[in-house]
Amino acid sequence: MKIVMAKPGLDGHDRGAKVIARSLRDGGHEVVYTGLRRTPEQISRIVMDEDANALGLSTLSGAHDVLIPRICKLLKDTGMGDVMVFLGGIIPERDHEKMFSHGVRAIFGPGSRTEDILSFLDDAESRTDLGKSVGVGNEDGWRWN
Amino acid sequence: MALELTTAKILLKSASNGNRRDLSKLLTLLESGEKINLPISDSASNSTVLGVTGPPGVGKSTLIGRIINYWKEMNQKVAVLAIDPSSPRTGGALLGDRVRMDSADSGDSVFVRSLSTRGHPGGISSSLMAMINALSYCGWNKIVIETVGSGQNEIKIAAFADKIILVDGPDRGDIIQAEKAGIIELADIVVVNKSDMPASIKVADSIRSALSLGGGMDAPEVVLVSAERNEGIVEMMRIIEDCKTPKWRDRIKIKERLISLWDSRLLSSPKINGIIDDLETGSISLNDALDELAR
Ligand SMILES: Nc1nc2c(ncn2[C@@H]2O[C@H](COP(=O)(O)OP(=O)(O)OP(=O)(O)O)[C@@H](O)[C@H]2O)c(=O)[nH]1
Ligand SMILES: [Mg+2]
Repeated sequence: MKIVMAKPGLDGHDRGAKVIARSLRDGGHEVVYTGLRRTPEQISRIVMDEDANALGLSTLSGAHDVLIPRICKLLKDTGMGDVMVFLGGIIPERDHEKMFSHGVRAIFGPGSRTEDILSFLDDAESRTDLGKSVGVGNEDGWRWN
Repeated sequence: MALELTTAKILLKSASNGNRRDLSKLLTLLESGEKINLPISDSASNSTVLGVTGPPGVGKSTLIGRIINYWKEMNQKVAVLAIDPSSPRTGGALLGDRVRMDSADSGDSVFVRSLSTRGHPGGISSSLMAMINALSYCGWNKIVIETVGSGQNEIKIAAFADKIILVDGPDRGDIIQAEKAGIIELADIVVVNKSDMPASIKVADSIRSALSLGGGMDAPEVVLVSAERNEGIVEMMRIIEDCKTPKWRDRIKIKERLISLWDSRLLSSPKINGIIDDLETGSISLNDALDELAR
């Protein structure tokens, strides 16, 4: 899969995002890393230019509350509802439902293992092969965890 | 006459009308090896293709970020194709060039696509040519290609670029090595980046003296810049835009195109695995193998 890894929000740490990016590469994926402090508009443009299948968002700052719904909406509004969105970083349990309701397909907290993310991507890939959508704009509510 | 509208044709039409999403999808198709006949055969001539190459970590992407700004301010449409190698073992790739291009996400007149070399049995070269032509056809008049390397890798930048920038940095001087690979004589300009670090000046001097030893009349100019501090960029761009590529280099370019097309034909031939098997068992000679592949 071609995956854009981005880090919305203003905090200046991207260690975690880089570690995930590297392990996805080692799992055979093509990972585009975008760097720090990209706005939702920039992130959706990057996904478009890269024609990525998936977008991994990592946040630590609590910015997810506003930024992630905004990114999901931008993707849907610009014809990229077929792009799959998943999250990493620190997202409080109580916000998970809300994230899923915007079209997020998986959330990986701090303790997640690389193998989990990789098997999520495998799962998503086989669903796509079966013609089922895993995109952010898909209504059927499939989620991995 | 059946008018067959392939997906690629539909995407091309929409992309040339300014649909960015479809341009991006078209590039994916071309990257995967799909061929498309563009209405104008030599459309790439409407655009300038600038190759930026050099050893890892010398600052190519940062420099391209500056080049984007330079052209953007002149109301040009700038498209960047940044190529990184993929792991031969897993096929995975980490494409991080756009992290350093501050200006990559700055608006409608800038388009940046990261590419890995994976999934291209015949090398990425033939797809790259198609992508450049499509971008050019869609009105992207400045096209920048970033590749890592020194002339011996699978992407022969000389086959694509109208102008070539060879970038080096303070702690390397690798470019002197590159001279052996012939890339230095293909460069239109040699840029020593990180001029904010004193060692750069030495590297620039040693490249200059290596070039003058070569005695070439049209040896490329060597300039110092700091991409990070945005110093020397305008001067560098003036030199690039003004320099005339000597005729003999055009010839090399044509030759490189021929070679890369030949390679990609060879490597993507359906017969190749069988023929390698035959070579392994010794049932045919190398010459027979080539004749068979070329048939
Ligand atoms: N001091 C200094 N550092 C610079 C300059 N330009 C780039 N760098 C730094 O050099 C490092 C590599 O920069 P990149 O632009 O990613 O280099 P690159 O040649 O594209 O690297 P690869 O694509 O990995 O081969 C980064 O840490 C940059 O911040 C400069 O002018 N001065
Ligand atoms: Mg780079």
